Amino acid sequence: MNAIATDANLSPHSPLRSYLLEAKHEFLRMLRTPSFALPVLLFPALFYTLFGLVLNRADGGMAARYLLATYGVFGIMGAGMFGFGVVVAMERERGFLAYKRALPMPPGAYLLAKMAMAMLFSMLISVLLGTLAGAFGGVSLLPWQWLALLAINVVGVLPFCALGLFVGTLVGGQGAPAVLNLLYLPLAFLSGLWLPLKMLPPVFATIAPAWPPYHLSQVALGVVGMDDGSSMLVHVAVVVAVTVLFYALARRRLRRVG
Amino acid sequence: MELASLRGVRKQYGKVVALDGIDLAIAPGQVLALLGANGAGKTTAIALLLGLVRPDAGQALLFGQSPQQLAARRNIGVMLQSAGIADTSKVRELLELTRSYYPRPRSVEECVSLAGLEGLLGRQYGKLSGGQQRRVQFALALCGNPRLLFLDEPTTGMDIEARQALWRAIVELAAQGCAVLLTTHYLEEAEALADRVVVLGRGRVIAAGSMDEVRRHVAQRRIRCVSSLDVARIATWPEVRSVRMVEAAVVQAPAAAEATAGETTAGAAMAAMPFAATSDRGLGRSHPNGRIEIVTDAAEAVVGRLLAEDAGLSELEVQRAGLAEAFLELTRDPDAGAAPPSQSKAA
Repeated sequence: MNAIATDANLSPHSPLRSYLLEAKHEFLRMLRTPSFALPVLLFPALFYTLFGLVLNRADGGMAARYLLATYGVFGIMGAGMFGFGVVVAMERERGFLAYKRALPMPPGAYLLAKMAMAMLFSMLISVLLGTLAGAFGGVSLLPWQWLALLAINVVGVLPFCALGLFVGTLVGGQGAPAVLNLLYLPLAFLSGLWLPLKMLPPVFATIAPAWPPYHLSQVALGVVGMDDGSSMLVHVAVVVAVTVLFYALARRRLRRVG
Repeated sequence: MELASLRGVRKQYGKVVALDGIDLAIAPGQVLALLGANGAGKTTAIALLLGLVRPDAGQALLFGQSPQQLAARRNIGVMLQSAGIADTSKVRELLELTRSYYPRPRSVEECVSLAGLEGLLGRQYGKLSGGQQRRVQFALALCGNPRLLFLDEPTTGMDIEARQALWRAIVELAAQGCAVLLTTHYLEEAEALADRVVVLGRGRVIAAGSMDEVRRHVAQRRIRCVSSLDVARIATWPEVRSVRMVEAAVVQAPAAAEATAGETTAGAAMAAMPFAATSDRGLGRSHPNGRIEIVTDAAEAVVGRLLAEDAGLSELEVQRAGLAEAFLELTRDPDAGAAPPSQSKAA
């Protein structure tokens, strides 16, 4: 008995290859399902063009700069929540998740592949928004600022992956898009991602700290010098806590219901 | 040595008891068929052995370890009822990925020839027929060169040809020493493949043993013959459980050449002379010859009486009940004590 186990452990077979193939597999699947990928990529760019570039020409690029940060967060929220929520809900419902768990897939390969995909999407969204902002919005940032915004978006997608994952473990594939939209759109609005909180009645600014995207958007706004002056440490801590919380909840639920 | 076992396992979903203390074991090289009606606990038993759920009580072991251990699962291949594989994945990619999970996978060529995937490697999974998809799932199950193969209703949705091809592949794997745990709705599948059978009913092991042992639990035998006796009258014999006319009018003189038996134009004859319309309620001597099937516990007595009453009887055949009959008998009425005592030694 033990010989079998040891034997398997000592073999040259490397789990790294499985992780890479898993990610490649996920990538090809996305590539072949443009009906999912295109809206996730293009929505934020479309919104940004409309509200950041077309409707705000008169303020010397301030709106374009502010909304570059907040629409980045808006975009990656979608990539994380839908990429995880809808796909996990569907795959759970179809029995694919159980099938993968029965196979000797290295631990976490399933989630890591999806995370890698969400981060790739975040990168593409950031580059798209940055290009629009630079080319048409007159936004000029220092190289470190561009890179920082990119990094914040790429890492900042993780709490929304965790949130999406949790939703995906709760609802079926049919219901997931509706539930996610009910979370996504109000959260984005209430966190001041579409319109700066200053332009809304003061009550919105008061309750904004209750919403996770608000905290991530403040980190991004800090990079372009337009945050509201609250503690960056708190923002980062909240984002990390949200990630851990929803990941733990999702994991617990997956163990119970599979 | 056991490859996989359940020991005194209980599993409850809410108030529903899925498994009520079962023992099950599979030995190297064995093909074990797990039978049972829907809800008997087959799927739960498989899920426990795969580590998808944990037992409430008792122990599930896979290669001497918890099924949750990756090292244990590297020895198994899995084909579940619904794999939920993404439509856009290509067969080659699926094989490449699944093979990467295993330390010593089979070559792609070997997988292709064993599962009959010739020409399908470049195709997208969603564009394959149902039978082809099942073959892909089978290839994914065997690609890791497993020592134990879990096949949960592997031929559901396959046509007869595909089913027989899969059976041949399973027999080939078993001949190479791969153990197989098979659940199936098709009893002939278990009869064709398994060397041991475990019958589950309401979360318990109702019967376990070799195919013959399980069949022996049931005394029923089936008698077939061509006779002019009246079916309704045979039905009144005390030893007869049931009787039916398989073919109403076999156009053949009892003394004539046997070679034409069964090859008669039964359809036309039946249309011309439905047996229900016969008026003779006497000894039945004037009936045309019909192919009759009788199910009985006392075949010898019934055969004796048949021969005594119809000297012209021909094509007499006596068969032990198939697994289907045995299985129906075993699962029919678990509360009435009709089921034989469970052999908890299991497989």
